[in-house]
Amino acid sequence: MKAVFERTSGLIDRETHYCPGCTHGIIHRLVGEVLEELDALEQTVGVASVGCSVLSYHYFNCDMTQAAHGRAPAVATGLKRVLPKERLIFTYQGDGDLASIGMGEIVHAAARGENITVIFVNNAIYGMTGGQMAPTSLLGQKTATTPEGRAAQTQGLPIRVSEMLATLDGASYIERVSTHDVPHVIKAKKAIKKAFQNQKDEKGFSMVEILSTCPTNWGLNPEESMQWVKDEMVPYYPLGVYKDHSYKGDGV
Amino acid sequence: MGKVLMKGNEVIGESAIKAGCHYFFGYPITPQSELVAYMAKRLPEVGGLFLQAESEVSAINMVYGAASAGVRVMTSSSSPGFSLKQEGISFLAAANLPAVIVNIARGGPGLGNIQPAQSDYFQVTKGGGHGDYYTPVLAPSTLQEIVDLTQEAFRIADQYRTPVILLGDGVLGQMMEPVEFKETSEEMHLFEKDWATTGTVGDGPPKTITSLDLNDVSLEERNRKLQEKYETIKDQEVRVESYKMDDAIYGIVAYGTVARIVKSAVDRAREAGMKVGLIRPISLWPFPSSYIRKLSEQLQLNKLLTVEMSAGQMVEDVRLSVEGIVPVHFYGRNGGVIPTVDEIYQEILKLKYGVMV
Repeated sequence: MKAVFERTSGLIDRETHYCPGCTHGIIHRLVGEVLEELDALEQTVGVASVGCSVLSYHYFNCDMTQAAHGRAPAVATGLKRVLPKERLIFTYQGDGDLASIGMGEIVHAAARGENITVIFVNNAIYGMTGGQMAPTSLLGQKTATTPEGRAAQTQGLPIRVSEMLATLDGASYIERVSTHDVPHVIKAKKAIKKAFQNQKDEKGFSMVEILSTCPTNWGLNPEESMQWVKDEMVPYYPLGVYKDHSYKGDGV
Repeated sequence: MGKVLMKGNEVIGESAIKAGCHYFFGYPITPQSELVAYMAKRLPEVGGLFLQAESEVSAINMVYGAASAGVRVMTSSSSPGFSLKQEGISFLAAANLPAVIVNIARGGPGLGNIQPAQSDYFQVTKGGGHGDYYTPVLAPSTLQEIVDLTQEAFRIADQYRTPVILLGDGVLGQMMEPVEFKETSEEMHLFEKDWATTGTVGDGPPKTITSLDLNDVSLEERNRKLQEKYETIKDQEVRVESYKMDDAIYGIVAYGTVARIVKSAVDRAREAGMKVGLIRPISLWPFPSSYIRKLSEQLQLNKLLTVEMSAGQMVEDVRLSVEGIVPVHFYGRNGGVIPTVDEIYQEILKLKYGVMV
C-alpha cells in the first residue's frame, strides 16, 4: 500500500497534553513539517515559553531550551548570537507570555532585527492558569478575571501585536494567520515556512501570529471554537502580511 | 606580563576575557557601568560579542540562552539591577547552567544610592531567588584578587554547572590599582559540555534544557541532586584568608573592601600591643564556617568582631559558625558610608576594654 500521508519527523511520536479542539496540535505539526521540509531539524534550537506550550520541548524533534515567562526572545537572542549562523532559533509563545509579561523582550528583539523566528499563538486567553484575561482578550469576552466580560473602561483594550511590531523598522516579516479551517491552516504553514526561510536568508526578525482556539477556557466545544475564531477574532485581528521588508536587504 | 594600572570594573572584564569568556550581555547601572563599556570595546577585538540588553531581566535571560549553547558567558549589574536578575539566576541554577554574574553592590534598599555597600550579602549568599538553591559567591578585596577570582568563577561555574556570583562594591569597581594578568591553564578550558543545546547535527537525539518538572517525586529527586552538588561545593570550594591570627585572642571577620580597612586597623592595634587578627572569608558561599569555628576553638578566642558595610548580615553566618562558643560583636556602617580605620580601631579597643567614654 502506498503511504499518502505520514507523521512529520519534526515531531516526536507521543501523545500531547493539549485539550481536544485546541489548535496547538495543528500549529506544532505545521512547525514540525516546515523544519522537516527545510531539512533543518538538526540545525534548530527551539525555545519553549511558559503557558500551555511550556511542554512543547516534549514534542518538537530538535534541541529545546525552556525559558522563563515572557523571556523566550531574550533566551533565543542568547542562543542565536553565540551559535554558528546556520543554526535556526525559534520561540513558541502564547499571548499571555508574549504580549503581556514578555512585551519588552519581543519589542526589543524585533527592534534589534534579531534573526530569529517567533511563532506567536494567540488564543485571546491565559490557558494554562485557567482562563484569565489576556492582553489579547476581546471586549466583552468573559474570562476568570473578567466575569462580566472585558470592559474597555476598566480593563482597557486588546493589543494587536502584529500591527504594533510592524511599525518597528527592525522587524522584517510579520504576518497574522489563522487555524480555523483547512484553507487557513495551509496559509498558516506557508507563513511559518517563510518565517524560517527568512532566518536562513539572514533577513532578520520574523514573526507569525497564529489565531488559535481554547475550547476549555472559552466554554465552547471544538467546532464552536473554530467558529468563534472566525466570527469574533478575525474581525478584530485581521489576517494578512503586516511587514515584509528587511532593512538587512534580501539577505546574503 | 607586566603590571598595568586599571580600574576595578575593567579588571573584571579583562580577567573574564582571559578566562575565555567572549560573550557579555549587559545593561548600564552605576557603579558597574565601566565594565559594560569595557566589554563593548574589548569583546569585538577578540572576536567575541557584546550586546546591550533592554533590561537586566533580558540580559540575564540572554545569558541563559548563551549558557544553554555551552559558551562561557557573563553579565553584571549593581544592587537594584541585580535584584531584577534573581528570577533568571534561579532558572540558571535549576537548569544547571554555568554563568558568571557580577554584582558591584551599592547602597540600598530600594534605589538607595551609588555609594559602595555590602548590604546584598543575604541576597547573594542565601540563593536570593525562589526555590532551594545556592550560588557560589566570590568576594575579592583587591584588584589583583579580582583577576584570580574572576577566572576561578568561570572554572567553578563550568565544573559544577552552576551560576557563580562575583561580589564587589562601588569601591572595588571604581578604584584603580596595578594588576598583573596571568595566562590561564589549559585545564581551565577543558570542560566538555555535551549537555548543551547547540542543534543536534548528527549528534544523537535532541537535548532539552529546562527547570520544569511537573512530577513531585522526580522534582524532589532533581532537587536532591542539586543539594548533593552544593555539598560537594561546600566541601571543595571554601576560600578564606587569615591575617595575623597565629597568636590572636581577638578575631575580626570582614570581607571585600572592609577587610582592607580592617587590616590597617589590625596593624594599628598590634602596634598598641593587642593580639588581634583578621579572618577574611573569600568565598561567602560556601561560607568558611568550620574554619572560623576551629580557629576559635584552637586559639580559644576571647571575642569575635564582624565588620560590614551593612546593618549586619554576614554576622549571622559568623554566629551560626561558632554556635555561641565565642561572643560575636558587630560594627557596621551602611547607606554607602565606608567605615574608617579609626572607627574600626576604636571597636577593636572596645573588645578589650569594654565601652569607651
